[in-house]
Amino acid sequence: MWTWFHKLASPPHFYRMAGLWAPWFLALSVVGMVTGLYGGLVTAPEDYQQGDAFRIIYVHVPSAYLSLLAYVVMAVASAIGLVWRMKLAHAVAAGAAPIGASFTFLALATGMLWGKPMWGTWWQWSDPRMLTELILLFLYFGFMALRANIADRQRADKAAAVLALVGVVNVVLVHYSVEWWSSLHQGQTVMNSEATMPASMLTPLLLMIASFSLFFGAVLLHRLRGEVLIREANARWVRRLVETTPSMETVK
Amino acid sequence: MMEWLSMGGYALYVWTSFGLTLAALVGNLVFAKRRHDRILAQLRESQSTRQAEPRGTFQEVTS
Repeated sequence: MWTWFHKLASPPHFYRMAGLWAPWFLALSVVGMVTGLYGGLVTAPEDYQQGDAFRIIYVHVPSAYLSLLAYVVMAVASAIGLVWRMKLAHAVAAGAAPIGASFTFLALATGMLWGKPMWGTWWQWSDPRMLTELILLFLYFGFMALRANIADRQRADKAAAVLALVGVVNVVLVHYSVEWWSSLHQGQTVMNSEATMPASMLTPLLLMIASFSLFFGAVLLHRLRGEVLIREANARWVRRLVETTPSMETVK
Repeated sequence: MMEWLSMGGYALYVWTSFGLTLAALVGNLVFAKRRHDRILAQLRESQSTRQAEPRGTFQEVTS
């Protein structure tokens, strides 16, 4: 187990493994999404209150879930990077940020598209769930802007990591916002003993959440390959890799 | 089929949501791969210019 872990932490090995695993993560997530979408869009009955509009849940909840998952991954990796000065950990944080930002945007957009027909409004500034999710988006932007604007990589890693850790407070606020304050947003549906969803509605949703998580893994692996290359630019294995792989023109 | 597509009158909201999601998924994959390929290409470029230089300067740059 430990030798396996050490081997994985070696950049050339990780780079190769990430390239091998990514297609499998992607393939599994695509199969899961297609199955989940069929269940959500075709098999599941319409909601007794919301009609067919409720089907937006099958993309809204998984993207909102990913928006938080990516942040947690980013924050944990940042903490590991700060404490143990592990280069690969900062690379994970850097790779997770743009993915998280895109799914936060998607959660907000699908939320608005769901809110308009159900609540009669695209957006409400006083709503805690919407506000904290918007702050989440800005935290991602801040994290990426810090990285992009500090030339020295180690300093950029550190500064961005501190920001990521401070922002964890907001993740807690996003999660509990619908319980602690009154909100337009409905309460939690999954893992809630009072609000029960029939299996025909719930199973596709869980499948979609799992598939989105796998998809996050696949994209993160691709991003990590890039991050590892930058950080190891002067290592012998990277120089050899650059020499042996055909250039883009010859591939295309 | 048409009834399914109309989503009980919510077609605009439902299909826009699913369309945006598809775009986000594809975009994530494309940008992640493109970034990796671009980094590799940049490394190739800097490596070939370095190798054209005399050996001494090459060592200085890498250290």
